[in-house]
Amino acid sequence: MNKKGPLYALFLSLILLLPGCSSIAVLNPKGPAARTLSDTIILSIVVMLGVLAVVYILYVFVLLKYRAKKSNEGYIPPHEEGNKWLEAIWITIPIIIVAFLSVVTVKTTVDVENVAADYKDQKPLVIYASSSNWKWHFSYPEEGIETVNYVNIPVHRAVEFRLYSFGTISSLWIPQLGGQKYAMSDMLTTLHLSADTVGSYVGRNANFNGKGFAHMEFEALAMTDADYQEWVKDVKETAGPLSEEEFKNLLEMEHVGRKTYTNTHLSFSPPPGDHGDHMGTNGTEKDTDNGNTEHQDNKEIHPSPAPSSETEFDSVPNPELDDESATHEGH
Amino acid sequence: MDWDKFKVHGEPLIYGAMASIVLATIGIIVGLTYFKKWGYLWREWLTTVDHKRIGIMYILAALLMLFRGGVDAIMMKLQTAAPDMKFLDAQHYNEVFTTHGLIMILFMAMPFIIGLMNVIVPLQIGARDVAFPRLNAVSFWLFFFGAMLLNISFVIGGSPDAGWSAYFPLASLEFSPTVGNNYYSLALQISGIGTLITGVNFIVTILKMRAPGMKLMKMPMFTWSVLITNVIIVFAFPVLTVALALMMFDRLFGSQFFTMANGGMDMLWANLFWVWGHPEVYIVVLPAFGIYSEIIATFSKKNLYGYTSMVFSMLIISLLSFLVWAHHFYTMGQGAMVNSFFSITTMAIAVPTGVKIFNWLFTLRKGRISFTTPMLYSLAFIPIFTIGGVTGVMLAMASADYQYHNTMFLVAHFHYVLIPGAVFAVIAGFHYWFPKVFGFRLNERLGKHAFWWIVISFNVSFFPLFLLGLMGMTRRQYTYSAETGFGPLSMVSFVGAIGLVVGFVILVYNIYWSTRYEPRDTDGDPWDARTLEWATKSPIPAYNFAVVPNVKTRDAYWSAKQDKVPLFEDKITKIHMPSNTGKPFILGVIFFIAGFSLVFSLWIPAILSGVGILIVMAAMSFDRDHGFYIPAEEVIATEKKLRGETV
Ligand code: HEM
Ligand SMILES: [Cu+2]
Ligand SMILES: [Cu+2]
Repeated sequence: MNKKGPLYALFLSLILLLPGCSSIAVLNPKGPAARTLSDTIILSIVVMLGVLAVVYILYVFVLLKYRAKKSNEGYIPPHEEGNKWLEAIWITIPIIIVAFLSVVTVKTTVDVENVAADYKDQKPLVIYASSSNWKWHFSYPEEGIETVNYVNIPVHRAVEFRLYSFGTISSLWIPQLGGQKYAMSDMLTTLHLSADTVGSYVGRNANFNGKGFAHMEFEALAMTDADYQEWVKDVKETAGPLSEEEFKNLLEMEHVGRKTYTNTHLSFSPPPGDHGDHMGTNGTEKDTDNGNTEHQDNKEIHPSPAPSSETEFDSVPNPELDDESATHEGH
Repeated sequence: MDWDKFKVHGEPLIYGAMASIVLATIGIIVGLTYFKKWGYLWREWLTTVDHKRIGIMYILAALLMLFRGGVDAIMMKLQTAAPDMKFLDAQHYNEVFTTHGLIMILFMAMPFIIGLMNVIVPLQIGARDVAFPRLNAVSFWLFFFGAMLLNISFVIGGSPDAGWSAYFPLASLEFSPTVGNNYYSLALQISGIGTLITGVNFIVTILKMRAPGMKLMKMPMFTWSVLITNVIIVFAFPVLTVALALMMFDRLFGSQFFTMANGGMDMLWANLFWVWGHPEVYIVVLPAFGIYSEIIATFSKKNLYGYTSMVFSMLIISLLSFLVWAHHFYTMGQGAMVNSFFSITTMAIAVPTGVKIFNWLFTLRKGRISFTTPMLYSLAFIPIFTIGGVTGVMLAMASADYQYHNTMFLVAHFHYVLIPGAVFAVIAGFHYWFPKVFGFRLNERLGKHAFWWIVISFNVSFFPLFLLGLMGMTRRQYTYSAETGFGPLSMVSFVGAIGLVVGFVILVYNIYWSTRYEPRDTDGDPWDARTLEWATKSPIPAYNFAVVPNVKTRDAYWSAKQDKVPLFEDKITKIHMPSNTGKPFILGVIFFIAGFSLVFSLWIPAILSGVGILIVMAAMSFDRDHGFYIPAEEVIATEKKLRGETV
């Protein structure tokens, strides 16, 4: 069957590409989470190649043997209803394969959802990563610094990213360090990553979120602990503070380059709650028109970038909001 | 009034599209007038309630949409063929992949399949039509005008641009202020109602209108797949209806179901969308399984292996398809346990699917396989779909999906499922049943040329995407820089897409060529096939069967031919037929006007057309038309003519 020629060629090229080719980011891990995932993926590829092999061998055999040809001109195929045993086999074996993969899945999912085993007893470095339009804000509450569009982390250290968004859903992804996780406006999600090799890794938003999506990249730089401390010190000495005003402007912008500040926006613009409380009912209904609940607060401190021109609601004055923003802006 | 809303600002592409739409419309109008075909068009097509003609119109519309979706695809492939291409800007790329996805799934794959099931199912079960022929026309016209509504968005007001999944808050007024997503909510709503009606119609048809003796477990496999599909439709589509209605409220009337403010829940949309969206995939894939079962049995000259397990595997798949929706957002932070649950349910689907693959292989075994064009597509389906299936299992593993999610790996996977699983199937079904409907085959030589182009190019175009995904290329990204290293493989993929275009051009040329030159055969059974639809003559008379067949075995027509089991034992009597009606078409037009008015918040025409819809529906309900009878003599005369005897 010459139809299978190109298929085989493609498969061969995949197998040749798998090891050694460093351009395949996902299979070239630089941290424990990414390594777990890479191993899982390779394991699943191997199992699946086995499945493919069975199907393909049977397929080629059947097509070659039973194709209509001169020699079987008068052959009348039999009537076959099926066969209990054969059918039992191709139900049981897939169930075993699926069960095996299920175990692998559960185990590895639990693994990467938690601090990597090697760094279990460290207190993780917490970094708030939030997205607005097409940029990333990284706040380091412990160090009291904040960066935009780049993130520096020490190697051999558990890092806990707490993700949220000032608008659309985005997804923080540094393929060589681990899998991705959504950042959403109404709750906090957590992503545990660590790097065990010094280096610069590509990070990006993986979830489509509009016009500037393709350019929503950042650099994740894993540095030695000493370098990291040095960098933090450096920032404290050279960078300036982030004022509320400036932060608001920053949020509205579509793209910016790198920025560095000596305080975080978390103090004046706290992140949303986590999964548990975002559906909570702390809202004593104050103003039905604006349904003053926690989400309304979020909206206020997470001003949406580039508010759309005409919703009916923009024109409705909201004394409370106006008051608040007046105090925020200090006039 | 704010005329600016209607404008789409300048790009040669859009002006080109506008010009071609206008020219095509003028061409059609002039042509119809010149050849005096308006009356013919109205009497024979626009008002028809004949399931075969409705099916043909579905398929024509689907082919048109395949062209549209294909043009979208090729534009995207060109834009990403090399780093930093400047062919489309971000906004246009976003509109193009959104409409590509919507059109391919909702306005190409679904109607193509619904078209085939319209033509074939009543014949396969020995019925004279579907249970509710007029509702069937309503279904078609709602689908058709819904599709048209989405299509005009490209030139009037702008297309939806938030992806076919239209995640909130991106799709809310705040982040997507153009009318694009208004079109989304209304066009899908209108055609969705049509689909829901189809679902009800075919369930009743298959359960109530089977020929005497055709027990459920004697039904042809295609009919089984259609029955199960329509059950899925009836359970899944109401979810879409609700989601779209809430979306429309959000965008038009300022409600806050999914927005960021006032307790709106973006994740609610994601859940509702995929509770419909995943079963939707099976709505297009299950009938394909049915088509392949028919074709593989016919061309191996064997009955289908493991009939019972084929039926049960489809039932299990349809159940499971409602239990897996969260695999589309493992990365939303719901934790390891929830993700594990959905991983396991998702992987479980591989088991019944595997059962089907092996049953097909064992149908082939001990057969006498002839490689006709429809059979080639069915055979190509097996190895290619298996790649789609095993990568599906890989994606189902939640942990690993953290690395595949939203990447080209996913895009490769679902095209590896949808193209063999739906497109090859409808092409195969098209070639297979074409002679049934039109009385001549499509040319085999041209058919095979098209086949090899399509199958090889498909792999060239989509296999590289698996690798690109693992290299870190996300889906829906309109450009990339040279440093990423995505260039070479993207170029290969583009070349493959060109090959696909060549294949489809040959396929369409084949239709033209065969219409002119292919020899006619009226015998009605060109493939020596097995099921009841082949027992009528071609072209099929309006009443399908002069005498209702008596079914005694599974492959009823095969037994009739082989073992001389008599099929048609009764005498010809007068036949009751439904009469044509223009109301479904008018209803479709009014729905279109209503949808368009709502898209642009033109309240007065919207209210007026709303009233119009109610009036037409009332008129249809009180219609006292009881159809008509074809006298026995006329039936006898028609039958004689079909057999080539002179009357
Ligand atoms: C005929 C050849 C086809 C080609 C070359 C093609 C190509 C593409 C490309 C380039 C994308 C966008 C990738 C991205 O940037 O995210 C895409 C997305 C998509 N395609 Fe296709 N496609 C084809 C056929 C189909 C068919 C037949 C279907 C369905 C039956 C389909 C369904 C989709 C869907 C649902 C999306 C996702 C849209 C979204 O992201 O919102 N495609 N396709
Ligand atoms: Cu939540
Ligand atoms: Cu799914």
